[in-house]
Amino acid sequence: MADTFTVHLKIWRQDGPEQPGKLVDYTLDKVNEHMSFLEMLDVLNEEIVAEGKEEPIEFDYDCREGICGSCNLVINGRAHGPKDMTCTCQLHMRNFSDGDTIVIEPFRAKAFPVIKDLVVDRSAFDRIIEAGGYVSVKTGSAPDANSIPIDKTVADTAFDYATCIGCGACVAACPNSSASLFTGAKLAHLNRLPQGEPERKKRTVAMVEQMEEEGFGDCSNYAECEAVCPKGISISAIAEMRRNYVKATLAGTEA
Amino acid sequence: MPSFLDALKSQVGRKILTGVTGVGLIIFIIFHLATNLQVFGDVHAFNEAAHALESMGWLLYVLEAGLAIAFLLHAYVGISIWWNRRKARPEGYEKYQSKGGSSHMSWASRSMIFTGIVLLVFLVIHIDTFKFGATEMVTLPGGEEARDLKGLMLSTFQQPLYAFGYTAVMILLGFHLGHGFWSAFTSLTMKHNKYSALIYTVGVIFAVLMAVGFLFIPLYIYFGEGCEAALILCQ
Ligand code: HEM
Ligand code: FES
Repeated sequence: MADTFTVHLKIWRQDGPEQPGKLVDYTLDKVNEHMSFLEMLDVLNEEIVAEGKEEPIEFDYDCREGICGSCNLVINGRAHGPKDMTCTCQLHMRNFSDGDTIVIEPFRAKAFPVIKDLVVDRSAFDRIIEAGGYVSVKTGSAPDANSIPIDKTVADTAFDYATCIGCGACVAACPNSSASLFTGAKLAHLNRLPQGEPERKKRTVAMVEQMEEEGFGDCSNYAECEAVCPKGISISAIAEMRRNYVKATLAGTEA
Repeated sequence: MPSFLDALKSQVGRKILTGVTGVGLIIFIIFHLATNLQVFGDVHAFNEAAHALESMGWLLYVLEAGLAIAFLLHAYVGISIWWNRRKARPEGYEKYQSKGGSSHMSWASRSMIFTGIVLLVFLVIHIDTFKFGATEMVTLPGGEEARDLKGLMLSTFQQPLYAFGYTAVMILLGFHLGHGFWSAFTSLTMKHNKYSALIYTVGVIFAVLMAVGFLFIPLYIYFGEGCEAALILCQ
């Protein structure tokens, strides 16, 4: 551990959903460039626990390999931090330098209430999925799926949208706190495949309605969501969602 | 399935509304600029164009009503989107910055509500000045009597407040369109990975052309000291 350096942290601390929170200053001088951002917080928490004066900082994670979508921090004003197409858990301290001040805040949206410190409740996304992000028909096992001919480009595009891990960075970065990219990605994934086709219109309407019900804002086409998305999902998903919604409702065709 | 009206009120419907009305307003300002530029044409060209409009009778009322509805709907939905966003994030960030890259976050996109409201206030003043402003009457070559709107325009823009005020508002219009043009395409579901960057660039060029086209006239009149120097205008 030869090359350690020091960072100054300003971390959002909040005891519970109803309590007011504030940024608290910490200085950590044992930072190694090979640490991930979450490991850096682990080290800080070890110090906090050893000191015994306050509770450790709560932050969310599960896989720590960029696939589950539970790590969600706003780092220096950017969801998931400075690096493109990277989750917080995949961000390494080599992206920071000695003496840096790093502000760490939770994802902020009315629909993502803070539970404690940096942990937010993202179950609003689950309810959007429950509203229609599934197929009701039995699609069989993997060999059955392979027996349905699907154009390669369609399958690839569906897969691109399916890479959404539901982390919520799109909401966190959107000035309007819109969930359009998440909802659009799920719709674009399911709607273009034959298994999802029968429920395309019903699904689109139900999921659009649910995202509004959850208190997410409107989309103003800032495209900031696309820039912060750790999977690089395109806002074309949002345009597609609108197209399907219009076909299902305004264009007056039956479900 | 939601009714037609409920669908229009949904988050998607609202974007279709801002998009459709936005495109309508874009078409309107293209015609408006084309008419304005007639002041550089023949001595009577501008007054003739204005007179032709005013002689359209009921059709003019229909167009004006459509325009008024487009403006009001556009402003109403735009303001309600801005209002919703304040509710959707009650506690803001201590630090926030754009990630750049494919983001279209810019002064233009973040100021739509500001540039839009300025345009709304401007619109009231503008209609009061020109549509309801007092003018002399002139006789057109065809023999008809018409309002001398060109004269009103020349005298209005010799006042620095109007000349520079209009110029400033037209720059803001340029910013509004700088994001709005591209945004309307995306709202109206025309977003294609391949053409997106191209549409954005075309939008910015269009926005600059519109702003420069509109603001050229007041500045030309002001700095040309109206009739003396602006020979083309007064011949
Ligand atoms: C000549 C006048 C105007 C033109 C040509 C124009 C054009 C546009 C266009 C093309 C858009 C993009 C639409 C979309 O994203 O779907 C837009 C958006 C917007 N306009 Fe205008 N507009 C004008 C006047 C106004 C006025 C008077 C307001 C009054 C408040 C306004 C407020 C807005 C707002 C807030 C947005 C953003 C909507 C959003 O957040 O998605 N605009 N405008
Ligand atoms: S912890 Fe699973 S994606 Fe980061």
